[in-house]
Amino acid sequence: MRVNGINRPAPSIPRRLLSDYLRGECGLTGTHVGCEHGVCGCCTVLLDGRAVRSCLMLAIQAEGHEVTTVEGLAPDGSALHPVQLAFKECHGLQCGFCTPGFVMAITGLLNENPNPTPQEIEEGIAGNLCRCTGYASIRRAVHRAVDLMQQAPSPPSGDTPPPPASPGTPPAARQRDI
Amino acid sequence: MKPPPFEYHAPDSVGHALDLLATLEDAKVLAGGQSLIPLLNFRLARPAHLVDVNRLPGLDGIYERDGGVAIGATVRQSIAERDPLLRERCPLLPLALQLVAHHVIRNRGTICGSLAHADPAAELCAVLLVLGGQVVARSTGGERVIAARELFLGPFETALAPEELITEAWLPAHEAGEVTVLEESRRHGDFAMAGVARFRDRVALFGVAGTPVLADPDDPTRDLQPSGDLESSPEFKLHLVRVLVARAYGRTP
Amino acid sequence: MTTRWFGAPVQRLEDERLLRGRGRYTDDLDERALHGCFARSPYAHARIRSIDVQAARGAPGVHAVYTAADLPFGDRDLPLLIPHPALTHGRTQRCLASEVVRYAGEAVAFVVADDRYLAEDAAELVEVDYEPLPVVITPEAAAEARHLVHEDVPGNVAAQLTQQIGDVEAALAEAPRTLSLRLRYERGAAQPMEARAVWARWDPGERRLLVYDSTQSPTSIRGGLAVLFGLPETSVDVVAPDVGGGFGPKIMLFYPDELLVPYSAMQLGRPVKWTEDRAEHFLAVNHERGQVHDVRVGFDADGRVVALDVDFIHDAGAYTPYGIILPIITAAQTTGPYSVPNYRTRFRALYTNATPTSPYRGAGRPHACFVMERTLDAIAADRGIDRAEVRRRNLIQPDQFPYDTGIAWQDGNRAVYDSGNYPALLDEGLRLLGPRPVGDNVGLGLAVYVEGTGVGPYEGAHVQVLVSGKVVAATGIPSQGQGHATVMAQIVADVLGVEVADVQIHSGDTRRFQWGVGTFASRGAVTAGNAMHAAALQVADKAKRIASEQLEVDPQDLELADGKVRVRGVPERAVPLAAVAILSNPLRYAFGGGAEIATQFQAPPRLGPPLAGGEQPGLEATGFFSPSGSTWASGCHAAYVRVDPRTYRLEILRYVVVHDCGRVINPLVLEGQIQGGVAQGIGGAFYERLVYDDDGQLRNASFMEFLIPYATEVPDAVIGHLETPSPLNPLGVKGAGEAGVIPVGAVIASAIEDALGVPVREMPLSPQRLFDLKARSPR
Repeated sequence: MRVNGINRPAPSIPRRLLSDYLRGECGLTGTHVGCEHGVCGCCTVLLDGRAVRSCLMLAIQAEGHEVTTVEGLAPDGSALHPVQLAFKECHGLQCGFCTPGFVMAITGLLNENPNPTPQEIEEGIAGNLCRCTGYASIRRAVHRAVDLMQQAPSPPSGDTPPPPASPGTPPAARQRDI
Repeated sequence: MKPPPFEYHAPDSVGHALDLLATLEDAKVLAGGQSLIPLLNFRLARPAHLVDVNRLPGLDGIYERDGGVAIGATVRQSIAERDPLLRERCPLLPLALQLVAHHVIRNRGTICGSLAHADPAAELCAVLLVLGGQVVARSTGGERVIAARELFLGPFETALAPEELITEAWLPAHEAGEVTVLEESRRHGDFAMAGVARFRDRVALFGVAGTPVLADPDDPTRDLQPSGDLESSPEFKLHLVRVLVARAYGRTP
Repeated sequence: MTTRWFGAPVQRLEDERLLRGRGRYTDDLDERALHGCFARSPYAHARIRSIDVQAARGAPGVHAVYTAADLPFGDRDLPLLIPHPALTHGRTQRCLASEVVRYAGEAVAFVVADDRYLAEDAAELVEVDYEPLPVVITPEAAAEARHLVHEDVPGNVAAQLTQQIGDVEAALAEAPRTLSLRLRYERGAAQPMEARAVWARWDPGERRLLVYDSTQSPTSIRGGLAVLFGLPETSVDVVAPDVGGGFGPKIMLFYPDELLVPYSAMQLGRPVKWTEDRAEHFLAVNHERGQVHDVRVGFDADGRVVALDVDFIHDAGAYTPYGIILPIITAAQTTGPYSVPNYRTRFRALYTNATPTSPYRGAGRPHACFVMERTLDAIAADRGIDRAEVRRRNLIQPDQFPYDTGIAWQDGNRAVYDSGNYPALLDEGLRLLGPRPVGDNVGLGLAVYVEGTGVGPYEGAHVQVLVSGKVVAATGIPSQGQGHATVMAQIVADVLGVEVADVQIHSGDTRRFQWGVGTFASRGAVTAGNAMHAAALQVADKAKRIASEQLEVDPQDLELADGKVRVRGVPERAVPLAAVAILSNPLRYAFGGGAEIATQFQAPPRLGPPLAGGEQPGLEATGFFSPSGSTWASGCHAAYVRVDPRTYRLEILRYVVVHDCGRVINPLVLEGQIQGGVAQGIGGAFYERLVYDDDGQLRNASFMEFLIPYATEVPDAVIGHLETPSPLNPLGVKGAGEAGVIPVGAVIASAIEDALGVPVREMPLSPQRLFDLKARSPR
């Protein structure tokens, strides 16, 4: 598999979770482990450009794929990715533990849908837990990231954007009006 | 919370996968993993073998047949959600998918995996039931079609034999105006305390019985005896069913 | 001194590193550490007949398995952190249980193996023969005491305390009107995103122990480990690196792992780490649990409270390591911002067979606020008075400060409010809330609260200007996301006249600063902030003294700005701060970087020795701040909600906070704290609860079933500010960490009651509970 553009050997043990493989064998501790049952989203990484929970994948399943972690968004010394920059400007983090998960989920979202509606933004950040910020500044950060990415001339580093999504999802017949 | 040890198999053809399922004792199919891997991490499931079907070729298609749309076993939920063919011919499925967990989960979870998992609160199982869909199950012994009505037997229990693999789900075509799906859950993306999928004059309820159940739109709680869960008592579930069915038909309860 | 940074919305200095994934949380440390894992009791109450670790010891990759019998401290109770005379039957657990377990999750054995996977495999092989005993789960059951949690604690009563001002019985008897209420408040658990973790390494050559711990008090852990292992405390270093949220349970000290990880590292000659997983976090990390309050209130025709009697029971869980701080806080804070001439508060802290309890953000204040605010709403309903008006009639007035409540506070003194303007908070809160939205099923809720913050005993800080002119400072308190590195830097940068980005703050590392108490009770800005300020002022004074020799002016004519010490009004007459730092250390040997100016032939001539009597080399100082009393922040929250009359789904239409924490150092950080607290408050009001079955098993020990709100459940709060500076510290700050969470339960209850027309006397709520309440209420 390739992780942040670098070839990595397959894990030796099939039950090794991708989250542990990235943190251990790859030394990439930016991906965090919060629950190991897929609810908190702290472990979110990009698999072939799409956001996935690394705690719900066996490392061996990533063979033949491209994994991008938060460290891969802005390689050493380079400028912050627009999503990272937006979080910094908007005070989108406090303890920072959930932050890489949010950043990767949002990066995945904006790769597929660079111009999300407010509803789509809300959907995009629902699914990651934060215990510190109360989400308001994270919301602002996503809006800011959309602006920054629309100013940026080239696609974000580190991954191949997937094919463009179909335009706008049909309105959900749900009882949710926030 | 680390998984217990297991033998891992990644067959590269359907035939190979079926051979493994036929010969291995205590094997589970690993598709999206979004339901199975949490069980492994909690050590609530301890299969001796995992058969990973993600690399099987030819199972990732979405295509028209027989007056409906077929969806292959490895099709991810997020792909199905955005698929133009499904949106046009089978809109209830993309609609229901928006209620399933969160988009990151849907990037790995599969349609067929959700059906095989048979969670009583799962939206997709109710969609299959209300539309009168079916799944194609293959084994080394051959292939059979299982209609939705016969597929779901109980909580997390289907009519699939241990050596069978769902290779395809099939949903009949319909119009957007003919379908609705509504649920009440605690948080965005949570399992439904009660849910309703409607197709014309049929309704299927989910989250209120051991399987999705068809109900009479005019008397949806007849014969219904839900067990309570942490967030909703049987009485509350019955109440929600009545409310949601009425709303599904545009009636105020 | 500049005022450039104080009050400025400075972007955090911490963020770039954290955003790049270069945080250093305890589990990120490796150095080939072995991994620990606990075997824990599945029973809530059981006698242990035998423990067999043979199979576990023989499992692959296992280096050691410890039970109580293997530990020299195995029969010692863990420390009782905060003793109190009323805590007559305090009990703490042992590191590893060997005779009795009293809550599901209590630790019985500790496995150390090559990795966590193997450690978990081995932990499953630990065989314990349990004899189940009867279980006591709810506080009411504990009070009934048909079964005992501790054989030697009659009635399950750990502590009992009654306090009174005035004469409540007489006042109640004379009161024109009285009401009785029972109010049940069940909190839950803090659930920071980073669970707990400990990493330790013993250096046998240096005889030093190094521990990284996701704790809110490294100095306390260090003191405890030194005592336990018989080491000089100067040989024990404890560091809280990046910590992924604390919120209280990480100020609970001497969890078994905090002893076992260092112990096993010393025994095995390898670093050892233990990282908790979420499932065990639910069981093994302190909760903050229920209280049931019986209230009698006497009031007049205008709704003025003349007497308040609160009798409550507190669910302490199976042990009381943190003493009775929680019920003490509830007792002290119940009357809140209101003037109650006769008040009696009595509590009993009761044992149950559940995880022990200790503070979680709010720490008993949410309960207190809920009691008072629900009572006032009941009075308003009884008298037909507007709910805001009834509050106005009872609020302490701005000219009544300092206001002595007469009730004991958690610092050992009485709760005396320093400053505030509560009527202004209420008025501004309502103004910010605005008109009621159109539509059915809408309710308004409001609450006014006070928050005792900034408790002592003290904090300290060390500030040093480096020869480069940059500044390094250190304090003992660690950070869990509050932005200390930025906020403290702002304070220091203002005093020393440098850029915030040129001030590096170290926190929570006993190697850098060994004195201090910890981060809790909204005290960081008040105590460590003022200590930083004090230390920086000393540095500034010294810089002026040294510069005054160079510039030949009086030190009083000097100011620090733009990285220089300069003459006020004549800015070109200046000495760079870097040069002052060099000059502060008389040198024989120049080592480059301009050091030659401090050598014997270049330095300005002076009488007497190069280092004058009483002087120390270097441009550095240590300062401490020890408060004479708590500061008292306050606020008003108000909200509109809509409750779906059929599904009982809650929609928060508008949520406003008007908050007074005295002077504000960084408004971005402050608003983040408030919004975060509101989110936890919403969680605790409508989503989060811990569900125990009759056998004492926690039924929802996962994030799938313990419902922490996502962004979709939490609206943006609208935040307004008031500032009544505290007279009790030089910076005038009051602390803000818990403000967001304290009144939320009361506000949501009040709003739902208004929307639905059913009395709400409990927390948390849910659609299910509202369905039940509505079904039970008369039409």
